[in-house]
Amino acid sequence: MAYISAGVGCSHVPAIGVAMDAGKTGEPYWEPCFDGFEKSREWMKNEKPDVIFLVYNDHCTAFDASCIPTFALGCAPEFHPADEGWGPRPVPVVKNHQKMASHIAQSLILDEFDITIMNEMEVDHGLTVPLSVMYGEHGVDDEWPALVIPLAVNVVQFPPPTGNRCYNLGKAVRRAIDSYEEDLKVVIFGTGGMSHQLQYKRAGLINPEWDKSFLDRLTSDPVGLSQMPHVEYLREAGSEGVEMVMWHVMRGALNDNVEEVHRHYHVPASNTAVGHIILENR
Amino acid sequence: MGAKKDYDDIPGTFVFDADRGREGYQLNQFCISMRLQKNRDEFNAGEEAYLDRYHMTPAQRQAVLNRDWNGLLELGGNIYYTSKLAANDGINFQELAGIMTGMGNDAYREMMLAGGRAPEGNRYQHEWDEGEEN
Ligand SMILES: [Fe+2]
Repeated sequence: MAYISAGVGCSHVPAIGVAMDAGKTGEPYWEPCFDGFEKSREWMKNEKPDVIFLVYNDHCTAFDASCIPTFALGCAPEFHPADEGWGPRPVPVVKNHQKMASHIAQSLILDEFDITIMNEMEVDHGLTVPLSVMYGEHGVDDEWPALVIPLAVNVVQFPPPTGNRCYNLGKAVRRAIDSYEEDLKVVIFGTGGMSHQLQYKRAGLINPEWDKSFLDRLTSDPVGLSQMPHVEYLREAGSEGVEMVMWHVMRGALNDNVEEVHRHYHVPASNTAVGHIILENR
Repeated sequence: MGAKKDYDDIPGTFVFDADRGREGYQLNQFCISMRLQKNRDEFNAGEEAYLDRYHMTPAQRQAVLNRDWNGLLELGGNIYYTSKLAANDGINFQELAGIMTGMGNDAYREMMLAGGRAPEGNRYQHEWDEGEEN
């Protein structure tokens, strides 16, 4: 049977992708950001997931304002890196485990999560940057070491789903994966954040105390953490920090008991606090 | 008008909710079209003609032509959309923030390197209003 072994929380700052694609990761500005992912890359080599279930948000790339699904599951055979205005990232096409994705879609709907099914979709930095930081540089002609099932969450038009809804969706994703017959190891990614505000006069807001508390509570108080109201994210972590709700999907899919095996926190990457955590099921 | 929103008192911030989404729809649809090279080429060859395809308000249209980045947000734009127009102009997210905050690129970049804008004094509108009186 398929099973989830671990969860990864990870920022998906576009400038991180740009730095990797331009070969700037050794520069003094970027070195401390990437240093914290060396251990993660070792961990990925040992963990060797067959499939990554990757929770992310689209940043007005595949979805324009005409259609805004709260939860959209990628069911296409593959997903091409999108042109977000500065050309597509030179990274591999993302390959799906299409049969498992269909199974998860059906299971979620019967579990009363009314998700949208995407049979064609391009993916932006929200999905490709976490793969890049966790796997290192991979060129267009390469392959990602794992298949990827994307779940796109609306966090652009307010309100995004609640933390509680995301946490419970994680539980439903877990039930779906646990009931899939093939023997597959799955790692679930929750991406985005951490504190950052990209817009208007308060741009540049960073709240390291809030971020640290969020990372701590993923282990010590995940249910309480999932009850945080939206306004607290907006006020404390910045208007774009609200995308942290996506981490609750990842946390909900794990065991109640997890062990934090790695953490990395760095300010800044462009406008953003980079946060990263690896949680193993216990 | 709808009910009072619990996020209205966050200073220097537009929360892109359904009211803003309605107001900014045509503007944001224009901005996202800048994602594709073919559209960027057409827009850059003649901005006015290209903008005729979108039913924006005159104020929104003027804000696009003037590259009034804060004005675009005030008129219903969302940063993930307006950043596509900025990218067309060769402006990245951090440079855009330097403009929107009025700090300029160097001062903004320095602030971020020093740990960013602290939450202290930046959580509530009244904190900004009091600051101005001093
Ligand atoms: Fe994001």
